[in-house]
Amino acid sequence: MDEAFQISLTVNGVAVSRSVEPRQSLVDFLRYDLELTGSHVGCEHGVCGACTVRVDGALVRGCLMLAVQCDGSRVETIEGIAGTGEVFDLQQAFAQENALQCGFCTSGMLLTAQDLLARMPGANAQEIREALSGNYCRCTGYHSIVEAVRKTAEARRRA
Amino acid sequence: MSQIEKGRSYIGESVVRPQTARLLAGRGVFTDDITLPRMLHVAFVRSPHAHARILSIDSTAARALPGVVAVVTGEEMAGVCSGWVGTLAHFQGMKSAMQRPLAVGRATWQGEPVAAVVAERRAVAEDGVSRVRVEWAPLPAVTDPETALDPSTPVIHPELGDNLAFKLELNSGDADAAFKGADAVLTETFTMGRHTGVTLEARAILADFDPSERRLTVYHSFQAPNMMQDILARHLGLPEQDVRVICKDVGGSFGIKVHIYPDEMATCALSVMLGSPVKFTADRLESFVSDIHAREHRVKAELAVKRDGTILGMRVDDLTGIGPYSVYPRTSAVEGNQTIRLTPGVYRFRDYAASLRVVFQNKTPMCQYRAVGHPIAFAVMEAMVDRAARGLGLDPVEVRRKNYVTAEMYPHTSQTGYFFERLSHEEALDKLLEISDYRALCAERDALRARGVHRGLGLCAFIELTTPGPAFYGVGGARISSQDGCTIKLEPSGKLTCMTGVTEQGQGTDTMIAQVVASAVGVAMEDVRVLTGDTMVSPYGGGTWASRGAGIGGEAALQTGKTIRANILKVAAAILQCEPEDLDIRLGKIVDTLTGEIRLDLAELGRVAYFRPDTLPKDFQSELTVTRHYVPRHQGFAFTNGIQLSHVEVDVETGLVRLLKHWCVEDCGRIINPRLVDEQMRGAIVQGIGAALYEHLVYDEQGQLLSGTMMDYLVPMAAEMPDIVVGHVETPTTYSEGGFKGAGEAGTAGAPGAVLNAVNDALAPFGARVTSQPITPEVVLKALGAL
Repeated sequence: MDEAFQISLTVNGVAVSRSVEPRQSLVDFLRYDLELTGSHVGCEHGVCGACTVRVDGALVRGCLMLAVQCDGSRVETIEGIAGTGEVFDLQQAFAQENALQCGFCTSGMLLTAQDLLARMPGANAQEIREALSGNYCRCTGYHSIVEAVRKTAEARRRA
Repeated sequence: MSQIEKGRSYIGESVVRPQTARLLAGRGVFTDDITLPRMLHVAFVRSPHAHARILSIDSTAARALPGVVAVVTGEEMAGVCSGWVGTLAHFQGMKSAMQRPLAVGRATWQGEPVAAVVAERRAVAEDGVSRVRVEWAPLPAVTDPETALDPSTPVIHPELGDNLAFKLELNSGDADAAFKGADAVLTETFTMGRHTGVTLEARAILADFDPSERRLTVYHSFQAPNMMQDILARHLGLPEQDVRVICKDVGGSFGIKVHIYPDEMATCALSVMLGSPVKFTADRLESFVSDIHAREHRVKAELAVKRDGTILGMRVDDLTGIGPYSVYPRTSAVEGNQTIRLTPGVYRFRDYAASLRVVFQNKTPMCQYRAVGHPIAFAVMEAMVDRAARGLGLDPVEVRRKNYVTAEMYPHTSQTGYFFERLSHEEALDKLLEISDYRALCAERDALRARGVHRGLGLCAFIELTTPGPAFYGVGGARISSQDGCTIKLEPSGKLTCMTGVTEQGQGTDTMIAQVVASAVGVAMEDVRVLTGDTMVSPYGGGTWASRGAGIGGEAALQTGKTIRANILKVAAAILQCEPEDLDIRLGKIVDTLTGEIRLDLAELGRVAYFRPDTLPKDFQSELTVTRHYVPRHQGFAFTNGIQLSHVEVDVETGLVRLLKHWCVEDCGRIINPRLVDEQMRGAIVQGIGAALYEHLVYDEQGQLLSGTMMDYLVPMAAEMPDIVVGHVETPTTYSEGGFKGAGEAGTAGAPGAVLNAVNDALAPFGARVTSQPITPEVVLKALGAL
């Protein structure tokens, strides 16, 4: 367990090389080694979605993927997608609808919503609910999150 | 008063919460996000048994692990951190046993911490835990509340004599006489399942003791920082002023993060013992066995009614199991106490008899979780009302209307002594029927029944206890503040910094406070910066729980805002050489009251007051930092009310309940921010729906938790949840100037009853009904006789 592996990857567009234990999860690597604390740990068994990040463009549960598996990959976190402005409209809609309370699920929720909007730009409310059902929110009851995503989808279709 | 009137201020405006920006950018600072120099991590050895003697603890192998700094047992910690007993003096006869941060000699629930492993990294601490060898001698576990008091059942704490923590009998009027005169008597037994809050951010604490100054700084995911400061000071033997508790972003609380947890006390004790910062972040599996649980109740209810639907009287018998200890310092008697006191409160009948027994058992301790007691009380009451209506062939709406405490009856004192200044049951009901188009839904339900589609509509009227005064905890001896302070400082730039004793866990407390302050002073909201949750900085207060943020913190903010406004006007008058009465503050400018002409900018006022006071009269002293406090004294609680409606479809083949839509009309007094109130309702309703349909902490007879992962414990997900429509009635309290009451728990109070009644409405054609929660497919199919 003590043997460390050297990995090289890009995180939010920045080249990173680190030595990691093979047992270390991707989200722990991001949070504790890179101090990207915007990805959260809610359950560590792949249910709640708080640790959602993108690896090579695909959504991944940061608690179910190991850091060593990301050698050579392109990893994007909330800090990255917020920084580039990619989800600016979604963030605005979330604020407007109060689609977050404590904010702990929000990073994962934004990444998941962004992925949904890319795959299904015409998603209706029920499809949005289905797509978000792997991301737990304990504060809002989901209604406002669905509204924020639905309104963003509408606005993007008009744009 | 004019400053806070709707339309002339931020009061009543759905202002967007400024602090969402950082949370939306992944820049929140939750406790586990904080890293300090030399920081160590603790992981706990927890009991695998519900009840067992600890024969020995061998930590040799753990200590030998590189990176492990210390392994500490309960005996070793006992001298650093004193134990506690979770009782309150005003619960007469209540008893509980001494609890310690780490168990000494015996573990009394599966998950109780018995030893701590401290290491340089969390993973190494966990490795260390797996190498600690504990020799256990399992003891019989007490799990079933029904037999907890039997002579043949082992007594968990022999020094207490039996397994009874608390009992209470309430008698109002003459229930026996009411039952003798009844046309019909309905009896039912309800079983409410144990569940918990599942804050998405698990409990977390980072304790930093500096041995050179003997000062402790604690970063804590918590709702009541001053309470924690007091308890840490007393139990660690530190001066109160040398303990600082800081609550940064808190990832959900719901009442889970307002109690004293052994592992969190142990973390602080370890920091004192080791002289280093020590962090504990619960993982989800240990959250399920160590966060407080709630709501394991068995309630027998009897209702006496007349043929016309008039309720004559009621009897209630509540039995609840709270785990092996009453939780410190709020006690585990409050949930049962509130359950039997709240049950009849919506209705006017006077003859009520209730009994409560609170018993110990070897399961995770239970204590207060959002809407304490309310969801049980109103599920029971409202299910009984619906049964009466159905049995008598009456309309459930009209039976409620006939029995309500009505508008002309206020002020009103309930059967159990609760004082209601003014509630609005009839208005709320009318509004609910209107916004839901209830009669059309009934017609649709009836038409669909003929086609084999089984839909149901369930009403649940409720009251909510908010804004508690000192009679709640303080009189019982708990050092939990019922008053809160607010400090406002005018910065030299003319902007305001505000500190408040109430705290923020996502509700929008800081937004609400900023709205009140900006309105009271007369400045733009973006010119008010609010800080919460730091005991070194914030004025003393209780924090946020029991729906007290707006009613107490909001009123304190209003009074402070008015005071600093008056002080600002005195400075302005001194500068402008006129009378304060001639001046007003509007949109951040000093203006002439009559003409509205701008006389002075607040930044200029700040410059003069702070840097050029030599230009002011020699006997004039400006006071531009002001603190005011507020505690509700005129009533024990500011009660609110409302009613919910659930619309469901039951698949009678599979037993699955599908939620179609949900409505809630609530009355929390004067509304500061309608959107925030709506979202409190929606989130709370979904937590109530979770209790009604999904969430269940299932134990076996040995006291082993069988649903302790997120795969097994079902948290409501987006796909299953209905759209939720929220409507409002506003009945401000006249006991405070703002008229604000609380809004945080009403959704959870009424949702389980509404869903229960909706399912039973759907099952009515089969002569079937359910009386236990969660209403799983199995429960539905058993009710239908299909299992």
